[in-house]
Amino acid sequence: MISRIEVGLKQGVRDARGERVCREIREHLGIQLESVRTLDVYTVDAELTAEQLQKAASGPFCDPVIQEYAIDAPLASGFDLLIEVGFRPGVTDNVGRTAREAIQYIIGRPFSAAEGVFTSVQYLLRGALTATDGERIAAGFLANGLIQRWTIVTPETFDNQRGVPVQVPRVVSHSAVQVREIDLQVADEHLLQISREGMLALNLEEMKAIQAFIADPQVQQQRRSVGLGPLLTDVELEALAQTWSEHCKHKIFSACIDYEDENGRGETIDSLFKTYIVGATRAVRQAKGANDFCLSVFKDNAGVIRLTDDWSLVYKVETHNSPSALDPYGGALTGIVGVNRDPFGTGRGARLIFNTDVFCFASPFYDKPLPPRLLHPRRIFEGVVEGVEHGGNKSGIPTINGSLVFDERFAGKPLVYCGSAALMPAQLHGRPGHEKKAEVGDHILMVGGRVGKDGIHGATFSSEELHEGSPVTAVQIGDPITQRRMFDFLLVARDAGLYNAITDNGAGGLSSSVGEMAGDTGGFELHLDRAPLKYAGLQPWEILISEAQERMTLAVPPQQVERFIALARQMDVEATDLGQFTDSGYFHCLYQGRTVAWLPMEFVHEGTPQLRLPARWQPPRHSEPALTQWPAAETALLQLLGALNICSKESVVRRYDHEVQGATVLKPLTGVDNDGPADAAVVRPLFDAFVGVTAAHGICPRYSDIDTYHMMACAIDEALRNYVSVGGNIDHVAGLDNFCWCDPVESVKTPDGRYKAAQLVRANQALYDYCVAFGVPLISGKDSMKNDYQIGDTKISIPPTVLFSVIGKVDDVRRCTSMDVKAPGHRVYLLGISRAELGGSELYALLGHVGNRVPQVDAPSALRRYRTLNRAQQAQLVASCHDLSDGGLAVALAESAFAGGFGLEIDLARLRSDEPLTDMERLYGESQSRLLVTVAPDKAAEFEKLFSGQDLSWLGSVIAEPQLRVRGTAGDWLIDLPLATLKQAWQAPLKEL
Amino acid sequence: MTGQVRTLVIAGNGTNCEREVANACLLAGAEVADIVHIARLLAGEVRLDDYHFLNFAGGFLDGDDLGSAKAGVNRLQHARVAGTPETLADQIRRFVAAGKLVMGVCNGFQLMVKMGLLPALDGNIQQQTASLTFNDGGRFEDRWVYLRVDPASPCIFTRGLEGLYLPVRHGEGKFVVRDAAVLQAIEAQHLAVLQYSDERYQAPVMDYPRNPNGSVAAIAGVCDPTGRLFGLMPHPEAYVHRTHHPRWTRENDLPEEGMGLWLYQNAIRFVREQLL
Repeated sequence: MISRIEVGLKQGVRDARGERVCREIREHLGIQLESVRTLDVYTVDAELTAEQLQKAASGPFCDPVIQEYAIDAPLASGFDLLIEVGFRPGVTDNVGRTAREAIQYIIGRPFSAAEGVFTSVQYLLRGALTATDGERIAAGFLANGLIQRWTIVTPETFDNQRGVPVQVPRVVSHSAVQVREIDLQVADEHLLQISREGMLALNLEEMKAIQAFIADPQVQQQRRSVGLGPLLTDVELEALAQTWSEHCKHKIFSACIDYEDENGRGETIDSLFKTYIVGATRAVRQAKGANDFCLSVFKDNAGVIRLTDDWSLVYKVETHNSPSALDPYGGALTGIVGVNRDPFGTGRGARLIFNTDVFCFASPFYDKPLPPRLLHPRRIFEGVVEGVEHGGNKSGIPTINGSLVFDERFAGKPLVYCGSAALMPAQLHGRPGHEKKAEVGDHILMVGGRVGKDGIHGATFSSEELHEGSPVTAVQIGDPITQRRMFDFLLVARDAGLYNAITDNGAGGLSSSVGEMAGDTGGFELHLDRAPLKYAGLQPWEILISEAQERMTLAVPPQQVERFIALARQMDVEATDLGQFTDSGYFHCLYQGRTVAWLPMEFVHEGTPQLRLPARWQPPRHSEPALTQWPAAETALLQLLGALNICSKESVVRRYDHEVQGATVLKPLTGVDNDGPADAAVVRPLFDAFVGVTAAHGICPRYSDIDTYHMMACAIDEALRNYVSVGGNIDHVAGLDNFCWCDPVESVKTPDGRYKAAQLVRANQALYDYCVAFGVPLISGKDSMKNDYQIGDTKISIPPTVLFSVIGKVDDVRRCTSMDVKAPGHRVYLLGISRAELGGSELYALLGHVGNRVPQVDAPSALRRYRTLNRAQQAQLVASCHDLSDGGLAVALAESAFAGGFGLEIDLARLRSDEPLTDMERLYGESQSRLLVTVAPDKAAEFEKLFSGQDLSWLGSVIAEPQLRVRGTAGDWLIDLPLATLKQAWQAPLKEL
Repeated sequence: MTGQVRTLVIAGNGTNCEREVANACLLAGAEVADIVHIARLLAGEVRLDDYHFLNFAGGFLDGDDLGSAKAGVNRLQHARVAGTPETLADQIRRFVAAGKLVMGVCNGFQLMVKMGLLPALDGNIQQQTASLTFNDGGRFEDRWVYLRVDPASPCIFTRGLEGLYLPVRHGEGKFVVRDAAVLQAIEAQHLAVLQYSDERYQAPVMDYPRNPNGSVAAIAGVCDPTGRLFGLMPHPEAYVHRTHHPRWTRENDLPEEGMGLWLYQNAIRFVREQLL
């Protein structure tokens, strides 16, 4: 029996959701409506009595104080156009899941497989509308055609008795379960066709490696013994494609690269990852000796470092770019709840303590025509922000740090970085908490959500650029509540010692999670037919590689399986026994008792041929602005404060709960009005100690236009100076590198592949040089190497972008320093040296130039400065501290002043430099490793003494009057502006978003 | 057991603030602050009857998918405790009848209001007469607000307090009433314990952002006529130490204890004096 329950607000109750939609339709599409009202629709397909249906409608579905409901009759009236938006079959419907559970409580029995609840939203539009407006509003704002469908009804076509026709988006499958066999003994061209048409993303060399493997007579003989034929099964081919995908194997970072610099000097690099990333960490750990705080690096889902004797700290940052380009909300939501599973599934499990997020977009005010299939940057902005908001807030994890970075080229592919940190007991059941090991005979338990067609080919998909044939199934929608229940259960199971190992089901699904964990024992036996499905009709290969969300895989000792499953059931979590870890040496999958995959573990994990890449560096030359182009100092400051990369992000920050868990002691917004831009946030994760954790990041894609070596160096320095600015211990900090690149493999589509590969090499060289120089070990990282858009003749490549994240220890949170100036009379100091480094700067961008003199980092002097700053903070000599970055000194002065509510009087002649500088270079140069510090007069002598022999400029003082005054070297007032004017310029651009 | 103040925080299905609420109870002097997953209550392993002070913590019960806390209320009303004919709603009613204390914060407040536990005019704790709905701004927000305490309120938790400064973190915090009579009764009986106010705690405010959600009569927190049932949208457990204050790095005269702790201290004192 199918019924529609409609729920709407009573007459006279304000519809805030409708008002927001009305406002956004105007903003996004320029269509001015009179009003929008909204209704929630539940399509219930279940065997219920009329009374039970009534109980559900009037109980959990409707709030009697503000809402009314109707069963199988419409509530809508008085509209000019009605648009109902529901999901397509198979798309995760979280509200539908909760609605089903609510009805189950009422009727006291679970739904059968044939029963379900599906939700949709009705928008009642009033205003002068044409039929084409309806399509534009539905397709252009209300719905995403990839995952949703809509019905448009006019008053004339509306059925007043029945309302909108019933639609049940049930997955219907008529395909019989089958295992296909693929003949690989074919010509090369045909091999490539198999890869392309199967969306396998395997290149010719890889296909030939598989071809050679299956042709081996010994292999053939073994296959016969397990009942398999001479041909590879689709399960086997898909498993190999997943495991060998760029996403899982990082083929570019493992490649052998022939690099040539601008002088023709060549070198061969055998794996960027091993040479520069693992190499840097090894060197740093050796140098630290007894003070090495790394516990687990590169081998697990996330990196682990020591925090205290009793607790360890876990951190991971991921990207979720391609899905966010297709479905910004679902992609970003999945990104954040997905990265949560990485630290959670590290070692034997860890409790999540905070999230971070960094987004790179084109301007939301982008006004040029968009190439086909790209969503407008504003839609991407809105969707991504909301997805991460729901993912983080609903999971009860504070979002404490982030950035929004803008560049036109991110129109082709937005970047969505999500990070997640967790706290792990240093010891657990007599063993270090960061150790895990599946034992032979342990059962394979899958926990959490069910398996569907979600994200099939997700891993291979993100290794390919977007094209016309990109599949709908590549989008998943996360479900924070199912995940939260699973986490609650798993922490209890962990503390009870019910499992030996845990890992996340992310890219590659069971194929990856079981395959990786089986590395401990040397084999596994997985029964694909035992996996619980969301709906019927999945093929065995789909079950193996499905990326349906909210699932973890565990190794449970045989004697604990029963307890494990019983505890899961009690806590409303699904746990299924799918097989065993073995020492057979084989990747072995069965379906209804029949072997469908039988591959040597060694071939699956080690069989990928190494890629070979050419790379050639040629420094670019860019134009410089003419002197006549330079604006006046005040004009430049007001324009820069309003630049998207500098302006206030408060409207976004406030949408994230940054205080849940009661640990956030330095908040992302700070100062007298709680709206100044903190350099980093600090949490105090233990209620019984004052030890803190802080996380910061650096990201400077603009500098990549000049030289990615210095881009990387600046990103590392930016992360560290934000980190020390709030009081992070510079000798107890670890780094994570997240590379997002445009395709660096030379081909017809990418004629400049050598240059892009050289950019990649240079960034890695800087990563090594500066991590070693600063003593920062890398503990985890990720790369996303195909961030290009290509349809027809249009190609948009993102600027090479690295997010460098740091995490570390604050010895005592009560010694932290915030960026807002504190009191009139305090002295203003600048730490560090200023040079005419304006290449890639925000000021040059404003003038339409890139320039050539990119900032360079002097690590030894910066490290000494940061250590001294730590000592000054410990001695409580620092009243405020703010790092200088985009927009240089002038922007930092303005921010510190208006955050603190007191003015500044500054004399540029007092600025230290080792070269002649103009006033504009002093104000807007972006030299690195600089910090603006204010100090109370009675502490100034001690502060100056600490920094004796280092670059320190006493620039002026904090004044009571709310005015920023900067005197130029000639003695004239270059800047004399009220703080209110500065703050207004800084807050205006994104205030309404 | 005797002489112990026993507090309980229910967790599970999207409750998020259980750890800091339990911590606030301990800091306020409770001997026991148990965080218990609702599955154990439904399994009959733990009973509400063994506690004095019940806390519904903030979070997103069931994702707030059917409207804030709606699915959570439904679970309490319909899921049976194993081996008994009882629901948890029955246990809660018995707990209330025994004169014990209940406090709901944020999602916990939404749960209490939608169950009918608040404002519970005329002592009827089964009928919903008010609600919490989407903020006028249409969005979730995290910001700190000033709250005026009604000195004439019967509320146990706010005794002796004039005002509080606490964070709100919600998307559905706008307090609304069924009709004018309900609002009249709330005001006449001084049940609107907390109102969004100016920073001197002088007068209720209706302007954004000081009133962050457009609540009717600026109502941020409500108690029942006995003063023993209390709920509020702002988070008192989020300000129990000086370093929770957003401006502790610049306001040097802040006391070590945060204002939110006062509510828990009042509750624990009441239990010690009246229920032990």
